[in-house]
Amino acid sequence: MSTEAVRTAFTRTLLALARQNPALFAVATDSRGSVTLTDFAQELPNQFVECGIAEQDAIGLSAGLANAGLRPFVCGPACFYSLRSAEQVKVDVAYSHMNVKIIGVSGGVSYGALGSTHHATQDIALMRAVPGLEIFLPADGPQMEALTKYLAVSGEPAYVRMGRGAVPAVYGGEVPFIPGRANRLREGPHAAVIACGEMVYPSLLAADALAAEGVRVSVYDMHTLRPLDEEAILAAAETGLVVTVEEHDVHGGLGGAVAEVLGQRKPTRMRILGLPDEKLYTGTSAEVFARYGLTPEGIARAVREGR
Amino acid sequence: MDANRIQALANQRRADALTMIRRANTGHTGGAMSSLDILSVLYYDVLHIRPEEPGWPDRDRFLLSKGHSVEGYLALLADRGFFPKEELRTFSQAGSRLIGHPNNATPGVEVCTGALGHGLPVGVGMALAAKRLGRRYRTFVLMGDGEQAEGSVWEAAMAAANFGLDNLYAIIDRNGLQISGPTESVMALENFRAKWEAFGWQVHEADGHDVGALLHYFHTVAAGDRPHCLIAHTVKGKGLPFAENRPEWHHKVPTAEQCAQGCAALGVEEVDWA
Repeated sequence: MSTEAVRTAFTRTLLALARQNPALFAVATDSRGSVTLTDFAQELPNQFVECGIAEQDAIGLSAGLANAGLRPFVCGPACFYSLRSAEQVKVDVAYSHMNVKIIGVSGGVSYGALGSTHHATQDIALMRAVPGLEIFLPADGPQMEALTKYLAVSGEPAYVRMGRGAVPAVYGGEVPFIPGRANRLREGPHAAVIACGEMVYPSLLAADALAAEGVRVSVYDMHTLRPLDEEAILAAAETGLVVTVEEHDVHGGLGGAVAEVLGQRKPTRMRILGLPDEKLYTGTSAEVFARYGLTPEGIARAVREGR
Repeated sequence: MDANRIQALANQRRADALTMIRRANTGHTGGAMSSLDILSVLYYDVLHIRPEEPGWPDRDRFLLSKGHSVEGYLALLADRGFFPKEELRTFSQAGSRLIGHPNNATPGVEVCTGALGHGLPVGVGMALAAKRLGRRYRTFVLMGDGEQAEGSVWEAAMAAANFGLDNLYAIIDRNGLQISGPTESVMALENFRAKWEAFGWQVHEADGHDVGALLHYFHTVAAGDRPHCLIAHTVKGKGLPFAENRPEWHHKVPTAEQCAQGCAALGVEEVDWA
């Protein structure tokens, strides 16, 4: 089983693309180390911009670069780009339709015991409420590589959220990636699990554990939150139970998006797994996941209880 | 262009703005008047722009960071031919792209502004792009003085000096008033010049209604390795005897009589869209 941090898959791919395309820029906020952009900064200094610890300035500056025809990827901790600079994301990027890619690393609770100041557990809800932004949560390194290639040529502003540590590869070989089209990774008639980002892998393990009990579930990788694949959600609902799994507050994220579709188009029993609406338990991300059932066991339990 | 000619055109744009605000029954009269001489110097003389080709890559960039002074700005864009003057009649009407803050669905408007403290960071990006791409265009950002309390202004001020952006011009419409009263009682700015100098900018001051002085500044300001800041001392409501230096005219709407009175004082014909 290969593992790689999604952020290193991103920076490795971006550097390779930027060598060929001088319009591709990386913008950082004293975050080149945490994003793993040090090689990029050293090799392509004319395509790298260091803003210091100033996320508002970094987003606005990136909009200005985009206005001049450049393709900036502004990269730093998801917690700061989603909230500290939320108005710049809304006005300078989305409302003004500037081709800026906002890359949020160390999202969710991946900063672990650093605590809620550094967690990004509201970012999907916030970005979903800003029209004009594509939203992606890649499941693993290979998918991030495919996503980065798409972002490098896309003309749409986008927000990408990824975690921090190495994650097991969900995909190998040819990675199927079409923006806005969910990947169905398992097919079963008894329930459907829809997951995003680094919750896809434990969802697959949950499906395997359930299969051993004779419960066969579909698993969808909803890597794109906007545009949302409503047809995949409706197909998942054919099983009669939809369980969503996300490293995000239970309000306004993947579960909310799926509920909006099903509530209006095909009312279906649902379970929304995520982080509760309360001050979070502190620990490593694995400990936080265990506490709140964001584990293969917790996902399998939700399926059993929901049926 | 000759200074007297620009002054006359600026006053005509004041008349346009007054009619736009009165007909829409909404607008920011005070700031529109205080900014119009600066804007007219830029749009009739300084900026290298092609109204018939708004996306010309080498165009000078202008950002109205104090987006609420939109009426005079739109009147100027229309007069320069970015869109038909007739369209000014739709200002703030349902469905119009000409709304109460600059909207980049309008030809000539680079990005949407209006949330204060946004223009300078975007301008830093534009100016930095020119440096990295080897382009000669310049970037101009007009800010309000009340806006200077936004922290993002100073993040960008620091960045511009850090990058040595001598192709960037921050202009501050220093009319001394904001919606709640004098800037010095709401959130004191002085010693304002020293603040910009301390941030590494080349600072000049001028009378923001002296068209000749403004032309002189933009044509003679020395290049160098630092970004440029012009503190333009202005009068909120400039040209309207009933509005000058009165904070309540931040977004008060003139009556028909006041429009007539204002145009008489400005020595221009009233704009009649009846």
